[in-house]
Amino acid sequence: MSVLQEISQNVKSIKQLDYAVLARRANQIQKELSQGVRKPYKELIDLCWGDPHSMDVKPLTFVRQVLAACVYPELMSSHKLPLDVRQRAQWLLGRCDGGSVGSYLAPTGIPEIVQRMSESIRRRDGGVPCNPDNIFISPGSQWSLTNIIQVLVNNEAPLRTGILTPVPCHVTTIMSIKSLGAAVIPYFLSEEHGWALQVEELQRALESAKGGCNPVALYVINPGNPAGYVQSRKSIQEVIQFASEKRLFLLADEVYQDCVYGKNSEFVSYKRVLAEMGPPFSDTVEVASFHSVSKGFMGECGLRGGYVELVNLDPNVVKYIFNLICKDSTTPVLAHFAMDLMMNPPRPGDPSYPLYNQVRNATAHEVVNSLPGFSCQPVEGGAFVLPRVFLPPRAIQKAKEEGMQPDTFYCMRLLEEMGVLVSPGCEYGQKEGTYHIRFCIMASQDIIDEVLKRLTTFHTKFMKDFS
Amino acid sequence: MNHGTALLWKRRALSSLSATRRGLPKEKMTENGMMSRAKVLTIDTINPTVKKVEYAVRGPIVQRAVELERELSQGMKKPFAEVIKANIGDAHAMGQQPITFFRQVLALCSYPELLSDNTFPEDAKSRACRILQSCGGHSMGAYSASQGIDSVREDVARYIERRDGGVPCDPDDIYLTTGASDGIVTMLKLLVCGEGVSRTGVMISIPQYPLYSAALAELGAVQINYYLNEEKCWSLDIPELQRALDEARQYCNPRALCIINPGNPTGQVQSRKCIEDVIRFAAKERLFLMADEVYQDNVYADGCQFHSFKKVLFEMGPEYSDTVELASFHSTSKCYMGECGFRGGYMELINMDDEVKAQLTKLVSVRLCPPVPGQALMDLVVNPPQPGEPSYDNFIKERTATLSALAEKAKLTEQVLNTVQGISCNPVQGAMYSFPRITIPEKAVKEATEKGQQPDMFYCMKMLEETGICLVPGSGFGQKDGTYHFRMTILPPSDKLKILLDKVKEFHQKFTQQYS
Repeated sequence: MSVLQEISQNVKSIKQLDYAVLARRANQIQKELSQGVRKPYKELIDLCWGDPHSMDVKPLTFVRQVLAACVYPELMSSHKLPLDVRQRAQWLLGRCDGGSVGSYLAPTGIPEIVQRMSESIRRRDGGVPCNPDNIFISPGSQWSLTNIIQVLVNNEAPLRTGILTPVPCHVTTIMSIKSLGAAVIPYFLSEEHGWALQVEELQRALESAKGGCNPVALYVINPGNPAGYVQSRKSIQEVIQFASEKRLFLLADEVYQDCVYGKNSEFVSYKRVLAEMGPPFSDTVEVASFHSVSKGFMGECGLRGGYVELVNLDPNVVKYIFNLICKDSTTPVLAHFAMDLMMNPPRPGDPSYPLYNQVRNATAHEVVNSLPGFSCQPVEGGAFVLPRVFLPPRAIQKAKEEGMQPDTFYCMRLLEEMGVLVSPGCEYGQKEGTYHIRFCIMASQDIIDEVLKRLTTFHTKFMKDFS
Repeated sequence: MNHGTALLWKRRALSSLSATRRGLPKEKMTENGMMSRAKVLTIDTINPTVKKVEYAVRGPIVQRAVELERELSQGMKKPFAEVIKANIGDAHAMGQQPITFFRQVLALCSYPELLSDNTFPEDAKSRACRILQSCGGHSMGAYSASQGIDSVREDVARYIERRDGGVPCDPDDIYLTTGASDGIVTMLKLLVCGEGVSRTGVMISIPQYPLYSAALAELGAVQINYYLNEEKCWSLDIPELQRALDEARQYCNPRALCIINPGNPTGQVQSRKCIEDVIRFAAKERLFLMADEVYQDNVYADGCQFHSFKKVLFEMGPEYSDTVELASFHSTSKCYMGECGFRGGYMELINMDDEVKAQLTKLVSVRLCPPVPGQALMDLVVNPPQPGEPSYDNFIKERTATLSALAEKAKLTEQVLNTVQGISCNPVQGAMYSFPRITIPEKAVKEATEKGQQPDMFYCMKMLEETGICLVPGSGFGQKDGTYHFRMTILPPSDKLKILLDKVKEFHQKFTQQYS
């Protein structure tokens, strides 16, 4: 018997994803395709992850030029790279020990870069002050989130620590919470109201937790994932008031803050709304705000860079967070540089500025909505579309026979017949008896068009076959 | 009475005041510095294990060093012109040059338009193309699989097979990680469980690299110390392992044994026989072996050789090679690369149960994937230029220069430190550090204790203030009671290192005199 047979209960409690089944089949299909097996499609399209580059969205030239010059400084002496690229690379390298991207980063980052990050945050928030000492960099927002949750969790207390999390919610957050031994307290977003967060529902969720666990925090994600909402100022105020009243720590996941499409939508940070609410809220409500270089215009998921900004935390607690991070100091230098590039992009007048400007369009939800049997809330922001599929009873029955969740069954069929891989709504949680699919829309227009074409064909046939 | 209770009392007191007084606006209360409500997160409510985490390598002495640097840059006068951070194993920070080929390939991967630039050699270009082909959308900015890019894991497996004289390696057993530290912490997260006397215990060497003690504290695991033998060049004695284990069995459930070879901070390179003995011990006592081998190319002393745990395990025959469960860790941060900032690493898992592996796979997916540039770099490290390729000669030249410089500096360090009365330095057989034993006069020990400081911390702080040299006191790594050490890297350039060692000598003599 293996020595390792006994393993951490926390790890065991992380649920196996439904996606795993789909991914395995997708891998097989990929192999078959490369072996020349005939299929109704030439290539697989995988839209399960918020991973723009893998879906043909091009990296930003300015970013990649600067990173290349930092990695191989010989490039700076040639004039092949624009002046602003060379200057930025020189400045960034000058901040590294030994002038090399190969040296360790101080755990809290390079002070001058973090200073600039704090100034950028202040600009974003219309002048609300930002203290660089409250910014902690990491290899990605999930890494930061895991660290902060770890500080919140008390495994020695009689009641398990509980964290209010939305339904639907993307999987990595749920996994982080479970892996640390905390409990998820689900609160349902209201699909009919554009996935709105309703305080009454937060109240109900909190009540339901009584006696079962000790709620200490409220996790919100704005703009949303998987649902593509952007919270209004009013909604954010309500959440802050609730957190204040019920003494909850606010975990504000704001990684999609640069992905806002809705004409009437605007991203406002939790920190800004909090500050504008004035005392007592502004001095007391504890917030951790998360951001990352993975989303937005840069989409640099593979670099692994993110940060958390802490608001109103007890300085003694911040000291321990610092200690925790010191041990875990593991942000790649290139990722830290990417943070500087993201928050201090080229400005009008800079040689790289014209190329840097990009416009994002999200119209995928309109097509999806036009299909009978689909209903899709407007996508105001974020990276995904989460349409509701009204599955016919016969399809639900067939799914049961095959031992699959109905929406997983739908996804499996879509994969087999059309070579499109999307994720089932059951992965994220949904109201009993409802079914959804989620797919990423941060992709090239060609890919989106192709996917919508295949989806339309498939869906029409599927609904007919199972009517 | 704790802070929270005090506030509650204040609030109750206020509410019993007359209506007019109670009508004080909340703003006034806040202006007086009174909190209108207690925080959710206080030192009483945070995770108790978080409070136990300490990390000496970046601890208070480093914070003071950073302060001194700032003061110097502001023009304050000090008895030294610069602060020398000989505390951390950061080669590039100390002026070591990166391998040109690696940086060329990574630049090409970052900005593929450079593929049309003729100043880059053909082999760098073809390597970059191969790496980019394995990346989503041909970009290092795409997520990779959580376990790491398939083709990189295959290349790592081939490297391990070559290194170990043909012992087979399954790419499925390879997990790419965010530096070796990430792999080590992940494995510990996986295996630590149980309550009370069945709480998992993990054996670590004293002295040890403090990541281990910090991780164990954070996970609430039981740390089981086994002492390396300073008199025998920091060798590992099986009777000592047995003693530590037997004692620990009374209060915990020992399940793993960690060993760092070549050693940090001690620099010893374990003999083949020693490795066999450890494997036999782990097999007999049913312990999971964690072999930290990040310094595997850093071997300097004559008569010393790196033996991978895996190779030795397989050469001991199926009785051991079929059963002993082993994890081996490697990284891009040390050896001749010194690329700490890329956070590249891998772990190889030998004889791991399939179900456990499935759990591990779940765990690593929580952090999505390791940094892709680090994965690309690891690919180059395990797959360097070959004879006949355009970059080969230069690559060999650079690698040899770096490793031989380290070997010289290892020797120099040992030599100079051993000329100092009161300092005794074991040979630096490998890795990147010296860990000499220092004699601290009684008077100094007393003053340190009065200050609430470990005597070697007191010594190192004084050295920092007087010479600008930042070292890590031995108490940060663990040492036998009543002995004192410091850890100093051998990384500064040779000429600087000479000056450093002379300053250390001078300081020690002065210190000894002062406190005699």
